[in-house]
Amino acid sequence: MKHLGYVLSHLWHSKRRTFLTVSSIAVALFLFCTLRTVMTSLDAGLRASDDTRLVVRHAASLVFPLPLAYRDRLAQVPGVVQVGYGNWFGGYYQEKKNQFTQFAVDAPTLFDLYPEIVLGPAEREVFLRERTACIAGQALVDKYGWRMGDVIPITGTIYPGEWPLTLRGIYRASTPDANEDAIFFHWELVNEAMPEGRKNLVGIYWLKVSSPSDAPRVSAAVDAIYENSPQPTKTETEKAFQAGFIQMIGNVSFLLSILGSAIIFAILLVTVNTMMMAARERTTEIAVLKTLGFSDGLVLRLVATEAMLLSIAGGVIGCGLAFGIFRKVNFTAGGMFPNFRVLPETVGLGLLLALMMGLLSGLAPAIGAARLPIASSLRKVA
Amino acid sequence: MTDGRGNGDAYLISLRDVHKEYRRDAFVVPVLAGIELDVAPGEFLALMGPSGSGKSTLLNLIGGIDHPTKGEIRVAGESLGTLSPSRLAAWRARHVGFIFQLYNLIPVLTAFRNVELPLLLTRLGAAERRKRVELALGLVGLEGREGHYPRQLSGGEEQRVAIARAVVADPTLLVADEPTGDLDSKNAEEILVLLQRLNQELKKTILMVTHDPHAAERAHKILYLDKGVLRS
Repeated sequence: MKHLGYVLSHLWHSKRRTFLTVSSIAVALFLFCTLRTVMTSLDAGLRASDDTRLVVRHAASLVFPLPLAYRDRLAQVPGVVQVGYGNWFGGYYQEKKNQFTQFAVDAPTLFDLYPEIVLGPAEREVFLRERTACIAGQALVDKYGWRMGDVIPITGTIYPGEWPLTLRGIYRASTPDANEDAIFFHWELVNEAMPEGRKNLVGIYWLKVSSPSDAPRVSAAVDAIYENSPQPTKTETEKAFQAGFIQMIGNVSFLLSILGSAIIFAILLVTVNTMMMAARERTTEIAVLKTLGFSDGLVLRLVATEAMLLSIAGGVIGCGLAFGIFRKVNFTAGGMFPNFRVLPETVGLGLLLALMMGLLSGLAPAIGAARLPIASSLRKVA
Repeated sequence: MTDGRGNGDAYLISLRDVHKEYRRDAFVVPVLAGIELDVAPGEFLALMGPSGSGKSTLLNLIGGIDHPTKGEIRVAGESLGTLSPSRLAAWRARHVGFIFQLYNLIPVLTAFRNVELPLLLTRLGAAERRKRVELALGLVGLEGREGHYPRQLSGGEEQRVAIARAVVADPTLLVADEPTGDLDSKNAEEILVLLQRLNQELKKTILMVTHDPHAAERAHKILYLDKGVLRS
């Protein structure tokens, strides 16, 4: 500990180098946290999935709707205990940049199918009763500063026009992975406004089955019913549906992992280079320390500590900024990444990475300093 | 002091048949050839000789920062060749204070922190370290300059700080490699007076390499090194 002053003096007196090195590590760790959060945000949907929930959609694509008439037949399939439905609305609030998850749903079944949406009984009652009512997640309400009773104008893109919705409930998610960045409103409201050719069409059906073991059988049974119909179905567990949705974007995890690794590796090389240059500049100084009696091991620790401090400082700043910024701005990328929060384990992993960067970047210069021959480093033969 | 064979235990420094060679690519450059030297405690010895004669190399061998190609070096009761690198480092910290021509102060540390460096290797607490550093800086006449960085000091003052750093841990031996080589005559004189005081008042054994006959006159004895061979 008493040698820390020596290390800190070096960092303090090389302010520009310290600032640039810490900044580059901070940027790398910020990007790491961001990229990892993209993955954890996508995975949140998977984690939040319930094994007793099935998703029924058009076999060809999600963009093709299914008839509302399927509802009653689906309810009769053995093993199905509840049927709900909804349409992805895809609108925005005030400006196009304000996009988030909006679902027009069969409101009476919503809370049975999704018990993780927690709403008070009074608010629930008003929501179910009022045709233009909507409920919004607490995170979304916090972001836009909405209050109960506010009219929230949503501009439709898939369903053109202005859709003024009255906020009648603010829900909380009962699990951390469930989405609090969404609004839900009545499917009937949308359906009534549709022209004749677009009426009574459903984007997806949700089925609740009595046990996870029923899922394969129910899925097969549903798809068999509509196999030869003009609108055949594809039925899968919610988890499989979410995974398929992520795959539609491409192999995101792989791409982000490669990108993240490349950034970290590049910054590691920069840090190694900086540390080696710093150690090389101080060849005589290190030789003097050894002359005074500093052992090879102590010199090694001093140089390595300097690298570690730089990396840890960069890590704390980078991870801290990512943690704070994404918590503050409630970034959702248009509803594509609901729950875009830097998780504590991502911060932990980032700090661990910073620690490893410090170790790796300090290793070569520290070993070089420890092996430095004193006499030849001090001066030539007199 | 004798430059012939003697009883090693009676001397602070004893060198027996010490050789040193350097390799330069395919060539072997002999620097020291069969050095025999004994130095008693409390002596002030000056080493003179032309450039490349091996003076600094001899000083480095005695200070334990280089190894002979052949021969035995005993200093302060230890045969240096038998010590591991870590024990040799600890030995240096305990027994040797180094003074360099170019002072070699750490530029990012204040005078206080520079002088404190050798004490960081001891078990002394912060208060005791402070007391000793202030004492050492007082000894070299730099009271009140503790907070100054090397760039804020003159050459003579830098060398005084270096001397304070060399004596702060109370070493057995001071080795000075051309301590006045980079100073003007006034500052050089002050440094030589200071070294003489350290020898006379604190009984420090001093080995000083110098090109300056005037500086060498301060020593009890002057030895000449020429082509790796020691002469009185």
